[in-house]
Amino acid sequence: MEWINILIQGALLGGIYALFAIGLSLSFGIMRLVNIAHGDLIVLSAYASLVVVDGTGVNPVTSLILVVPLMFAVGYALQRGLLNLTLSGGLLPPLLVTFGISIIIQNTLLQFFGAHTHRLQLGVIETQALRLPGGIAIGLYPLLVFVVALISIGGLQLLFYRTRLGRAFRAASDDADTAELMGIDNRHLYALALGIAMIFTALAGVLFAIRTNFDPASGPIRLILAFEAVIIGGLGSLWGTLLGGVILGLSQAVGAALSPTWQILAGHIAFLIILILRPSGLFPRTRD
Amino acid sequence: MPQPLEPIRVERATPASRAFAVGIVPGLIALAALPWWSDAGNMRLVAEMAYYLALAQLWNLLAGYAGLVSVGQQVYVGLGGYAFFYTTRALDLNVYLALPLAALFACVMAVPISFAVFRLRGAYFAVGTWVVSEAFMLGASLIEAVGAGSGLSLTPDIVRQISPDRGVRDTIIYLMSLGVSALVVGIVYLLLRSRHGLALTAIRDSEPASASLGVNTFRTKLAIYIITAACTGFIGGLIFLQKLRISPEAGFSINDWTVVVIFMVVIGGIGTIEGPFIGMLVYILLRELLADYGTVYLIVMGLIAVAVMLKAPGGLWGWIVQRYGLQLFPVSRRLASAPPSEAEQPSAH
Repeated sequence: MEWINILIQGALLGGIYALFAIGLSLSFGIMRLVNIAHGDLIVLSAYASLVVVDGTGVNPVTSLILVVPLMFAVGYALQRGLLNLTLSGGLLPPLLVTFGISIIIQNTLLQFFGAHTHRLQLGVIETQALRLPGGIAIGLYPLLVFVVALISIGGLQLLFYRTRLGRAFRAASDDADTAELMGIDNRHLYALALGIAMIFTALAGVLFAIRTNFDPASGPIRLILAFEAVIIGGLGSLWGTLLGGVILGLSQAVGAALSPTWQILAGHIAFLIILILRPSGLFPRTRD
Repeated sequence: MPQPLEPIRVERATPASRAFAVGIVPGLIALAALPWWSDAGNMRLVAEMAYYLALAQLWNLLAGYAGLVSVGQQVYVGLGGYAFFYTTRALDLNVYLALPLAALFACVMAVPISFAVFRLRGAYFAVGTWVVSEAFMLGASLIEAVGAGSGLSLTPDIVRQISPDRGVRDTIIYLMSLGVSALVVGIVYLLLRSRHGLALTAIRDSEPASASLGVNTFRTKLAIYIITAACTGFIGGLIFLQKLRISPEAGFSINDWTVVVIFMVVIGGIGTIEGPFIGMLVYILLRELLADYGTVYLIVMGLIAVAVMLKAPGGLWGWIVQRYGLQLFPVSRRLASAPPSEAEQPSAH
């Protein structure tokens, strides 16, 4: 019974990892951009929420009303002002520019907020659990986060396959030049794409910061977890990413059950094993 | 009647490179003599500059030439450092034997690591190398034999092997840093002048084109990856010989061993031997100037690197080459028509 609880916990952990990964997956899927600053943008969202919560006294979830549009604007401006300039010059410019942005965000947060950890508080809901017969307990908050991940991915699927904007995204992803010939303004489209990616980044940042301590240096590990979920699931498939997150969460839960210090390492090892056995992930969609 | 073809020669050295080759000798002698005309503080700084230059050259070889943008080279600094500490402490190995063994260890470990990360391409390769380094950092913090989370220290007995006298010891370690740095620059220079260097330069300029002309890009890249791992491991051993203590966070630190190195190469000029020199000097200068403002120097380095990448992807050295056609390390070939005296026209490549 203990093991069933551990596995449920691990699978639900996959929800937050999938949320980490959605933004990364979107920007890669649409503009082939691997955003090294992704983890730091997650942490930036958490700090933005912290400022709103401290300033207005609302709870962190309500702060999303401000944080989501803010991060959308940050994403739009970042893509339009900086990253669009890097997309034609091969591999190095986008990689090194986002790498530079990552270090700038980390150290700017360090200057303003210091190195100590923060956490967002949501009250009793954080610790409540659904008790099922047979001693099975499901944490309410992780379950909610998982549902948010499901809704997010479902919503994105609708956006991609049922709307004009989604069609434009898919067109630009398949063949950016031809899409442009058909009258799509790629610069605006890409900026919108990173803006939308940042909506989910903001969501992920706030939801993770409610459960976990964060500090200015927390970004890189979020990027790595997001990246592992994307690669395990297979590039370009959002449901695959969710499954990648679940597999990562399960391996971490099993590792942590053996010894708490093994949690993150077990996730890395599972990732490396899958990488060696199935280099293109479990459900690949886009080719790179 | 057809015109006889003009005789052509392949030129490598330029006037600037010849002048540089002559000028560098007294400069190196002055640096090597530093322990006799300066203080311990400057010695430490120059030793640090020396190993950062070596790390920057190696990263540049990987990313600038072989197209392998690794964000995980700190894994080899850490592995080299740990191998050095473990072999000298637990196996009582002599310091001078333990350093090459650290290089060998990093080299051997690079084989299975490359097996995993070479399955990823481009930016995914970058993050993949980073994951590997994180895994080794977490692994090191679990293994009791290497001190787990708290790491290892060098005992006084071990450092006394170099010399019982502190001053002499510092001088020897300083000269070793300088020597390793010169050696790495030499290896990179000779490698780039060789056939393999030609292959590498071709890969740098266009990977598909070089492959279609018969360059075995996979094997070349793998060889470069393993060579840089070995050199990085040696430097790792040397760095932690100077620091006397190693811990998982310090040994596998991405900020210390990769982030600043990448900034150096990008700012100085990626894909050139001269670039890392300039980038390293810019880094040291900024860090010393902004020493009172915490990590502001990292923000400034990041801003400069982003601006360079967007506005002048060739870096500071690329800008100088474009303006003045200088080349200090003659690694490229230029066609020149005889007679030789007319061949001294500067050209961009």
